[in-house]
Amino acid sequence: MVTYGPDVTDDDHVFKALSDPTRRFLLDLLFERDGRSLKELEPGLEMTRFGVMKHLRILEDAGLVVTRRSGREKLHFLNPVPIRTIHDRWIDKYREREVSALLALKTELEEKDRGS
Amino acid sequence: MTDKATTMQVYRIVIKASAQAIWDAITKPEWTERYSYGGRVEYDLKSGGRFCHKASAEMKSMGLPDEMIVGKVIECDPPRKLVQTWHPLFNAATAAEAHTRLTYEIQENQGGVCTVTLTHDVTGAPMVAGMVPGGGDPAQGGGGWPWMLSDLKSLLETGKAMAA
Repeated sequence: MVTYGPDVTDDDHVFKALSDPTRRFLLDLLFERDGRSLKELEPGLEMTRFGVMKHLRILEDAGLVVTRRSGREKLHFLNPVPIRTIHDRWIDKYREREVSALLALKTELEEKDRGS
Repeated sequence: MTDKATTMQVYRIVIKASAQAIWDAITKPEWTERYSYGGRVEYDLKSGGRFCHKASAEMKSMGLPDEMIVGKVIECDPPRKLVQTWHPLFNAATAAEAHTRLTYEIQENQGGVCTVTLTHDVTGAPMVAGMVPGGGDPAQGGGGWPWMLSDLKSLLETGKAMAA
């Protein structure tokens, strides 16, 4: 599953899993309705059951999907936690800088405005 | 598709800490006030025991009741499994809904790393179901379980929570 090795981080697994359109589509399907079986996910995709299983496995390895057994069925749940951590680590940080750059621009333009 | 599946939410995070440290961070007030939205918990850690999450001073100033979440312990197997009911009294709407059920599972892996799985059965509680996945601004109370678990991980791994 997730390793804490020096070369491959959790983020690498998540980014790699998200890099494929089929896998993003599967996540969207689960976002719409969580806790689906393979049988329920399959019809939405034009590929073999084996292909869908392979993609689900990659999502599971990245921690984006968690499976639970319910009777004879294996249900797939979207786990939003890795996306949250990536958001906190990669998006918030840069957005902050963007916002402060925009604020600086606003101040500058307003001062110029006042000057003219 | 069974009803059970649609009303179940699953959250998982991997934390580099011992199962005991994670257990303590979930069940001890001196820990719970240090991450996520804070507030001290009170757990009577036995089957049938009472659970209560008290609002912090800041939360109380925003109008939350002192006992903002209440519940009952259903199963307690430290430091591996905790099953409890969870009933937020944030407002009249959530208070009127059915009591939900939380399951914490802490699995120890190799290398001092644990997998924490939080399963929330929100049957009969659509308001709670809409609130706990987060997706909103954490500063406005919209962090939900993903933000709470992410902050728990930060605290245990770095000694500091993300939240200011």
